[in-house]
Amino acid sequence: MNELLHVSSSPHVRSKVNTSNIMLMVVIALMPATIFGIINFGPKALLLVLISVATCVLSEGVYEHFMHKPVTVRDYSAVITGLLLALNLPVGVPWWMPIIGGVFAIIIVKQLFGGLGQNFMNPALAGRCFLLISFTGLMTDFSVEKGAWGLVDTVSGATPLAAVKAGESVDVMRMFLGNTQGTIGETSVIAILIGAIFLLAVKVIDLRIPLTYIVTFLVFIILFGGHGFDLEFIGAHLCGGGLMLGAWFMATDYVTTPITKKGQIVYGIILGILTGLFRIFGGSAEGVSYAIIFSNLLIPIIERFTRPTAFGKGGKK
Amino acid sequence: MGLLTFKGGVHPYDGKELSKEKPIQAVLPKGELVYPLSQHIGAPAKPVVEKGERVLVGQKIAEAGGFVSAPIHASVSGTVKTIEPRLTTSGAMVNAIVIENDDQYETVEYHPAESLEALTKEEILKRIQEGGVVGMGGAGFPTHVKLSPKEPDKIEYVLVNGAECEPYLTSDYRRILEEPEKVVGGLKCMLKLFDNAQGFICIEDNKPDCIKKMEEMVKNESRIQVKPLQTKYPQGAERCLINATTGREINSSMLPADAGCVVDNIDTVVAIYKSVMLGQPLMHRIVTVTGNAIANPCNFSVCTGTSMECLIEEAGGLKETPKKVIAGGPMMGMTLFHLNVPTVKTSGAILCLTNDDVSEQPETACINCGRCVSACPERLLPSRLATFANHNQLDMFEAYDGVECVECGCCSYICPAKRPLTQSIRSMRKIALANRKKPK
Repeated sequence: MNELLHVSSSPHVRSKVNTSNIMLMVVIALMPATIFGIINFGPKALLLVLISVATCVLSEGVYEHFMHKPVTVRDYSAVITGLLLALNLPVGVPWWMPIIGGVFAIIIVKQLFGGLGQNFMNPALAGRCFLLISFTGLMTDFSVEKGAWGLVDTVSGATPLAAVKAGESVDVMRMFLGNTQGTIGETSVIAILIGAIFLLAVKVIDLRIPLTYIVTFLVFIILFGGHGFDLEFIGAHLCGGGLMLGAWFMATDYVTTPITKKGQIVYGIILGILTGLFRIFGGSAEGVSYAIIFSNLLIPIIERFTRPTAFGKGGKK
Repeated sequence: MGLLTFKGGVHPYDGKELSKEKPIQAVLPKGELVYPLSQHIGAPAKPVVEKGERVLVGQKIAEAGGFVSAPIHASVSGTVKTIEPRLTTSGAMVNAIVIENDDQYETVEYHPAESLEALTKEEILKRIQEGGVVGMGGAGFPTHVKLSPKEPDKIEYVLVNGAECEPYLTSDYRRILEEPEKVVGGLKCMLKLFDNAQGFICIEDNKPDCIKKMEEMVKNESRIQVKPLQTKYPQGAERCLINATTGREINSSMLPADAGCVVDNIDTVVAIYKSVMLGQPLMHRIVTVTGNAIANPCNFSVCTGTSMECLIEEAGGLKETPKKVIAGGPMMGMTLFHLNVPTVKTSGAILCLTNDDVSEQPETACINCGRCVSACPERLLPSRLATFANHNQLDMFEAYDGVECVECGCCSYICPAKRPLTQSIRSMRKIALANRKKPK
């Protein structure tokens, strides 16, 4: 034997799952919502998605290159940030909007804190909230030009959730299918659920966070929504706004969730309560984004109080 | 009925099909045999032979260096060539007795027991101690110590560990199929020591033929049951096995006896049978020689002291250049940098792999996915512990129960960022354990 043998500390085998293929699964899972968004809102939506993804990938690559760090754009994490950011934009925003949002998300929120795994809040949502605060008018204008190419109902200018808040009645079935106003990726519950089921099937996410989030939110709006057990109201709140996209794709972002199992349940409950509070008692119709980035900040505390008891240490020493 | 199991664990590729169908073959060693004096936990054995002395098969060549220690016996006849430090599987140089084989296999006279009934408990323990029996699953803890708990009446379960959860290993599988009566015989010897105990033979359900065979063997035994387990790594780890079969939990400061259990691996139980009933000391063991670099993977019955190089040759040699040679299984085995190391009482396998997963997949950033937490059978937070270890934060490491780690390797295996979590935790744990032993 001429070649030297490798030595290392055990274990000597590794599973086939790696960061890139997990991230790729998420990208695939976001495709139904993205494609529906493009069909629903027309080619402008496609343009925004492309600009957003390109911005995120480029800023990550360029930053890492100049900082002499290993360039990690191939792990698809920047692609996900770009996709999620675009899916959280209304179709009417100008083309430079995703560029500002993407650069903010990747450089400020992710890279300045140490890159992948170190960001303290979800970069896409932080980017969205940054845009929401900076360009409130543009970011909350959900009107779609008459005669636009696409399925979306161009008659009403408001999002269904805003309509509900204003006391109008909405078509829940339509919200479930998705041809309503909203951000590019949040309107179609069915498209989001297809992606979510895919992620569950390939075991990238589990039900712990999304389910506790949605159930807590449901209980909250039944108790405090002022409509009691009104199916239309509940249905509209479930299908409307970013709840589904948030619960399945953004609240489950690994980096910004507690690592402990109990902590994930606590996190889901906090998300549900905060979303309910923002939606029912807040000034805007929507509350998912703020609920998630706010809860992201609570994670270190949640983890500290939900540390599992080591095997065999239950109670006694 | 749901299969017995524990929480956590992983499902690595098991590779057992390579050597599963190969019956146990006896290998006659050539040349010199090396017997390290420290092939068990506890004090090293003390040589009782001198250079130039002729020894016979089964002759004691080193006596126990204390209560927690075990004697060592020659597995061939020949002359003592030298007593000097030799390289062992762990990479350390250990004082060893080297015997030049004369190929005569002249044997000492054994003293078989007339019957198990005729033996007292003390005699059984004495025979096990004299036979040099140690835990052959890997740890090498002297068996007579394990079988002498403070309160033998409180032992409720004697578990025979036939889980064989390490990938690639098939030695226990072949043993159960080929010599089930010895397994049952050994278990009966152990049960004789513990009046209130039930005997469980625990086998993973990927070995249905073994489960069937054993069930047939014990159908008339009132104190012995076969317990099929779910196939999952590390089902055969002592704490996991106790948890799966009895629902009890032990931590690092407890012994299985504290939970009323005694656990011994299949090969150890057979060694108990041989030393108690046949009067033969421990000088053979089954070694699986396997891996994709081995021409003809085999299960060998090996004389302890045989060099691993010789076993690889017996298995048809290497068909491809291996990148990695592992003594033991891929999850907890030790890599070898030199093949001329002796087989000892605890060597269960030699695994030659043409690829090295560890060096092929570079480490990337932790994405906090929590897979290590789900996989950890000790319910720890491996990614956090590894960070504390890398930052040398001993206090945090201990606060997060780092010493509870059993180094099973599940976290490193499952990590999508390919971080060497087990390695980091292991190195910090050594420091923590050393501090624990220091007088305060």
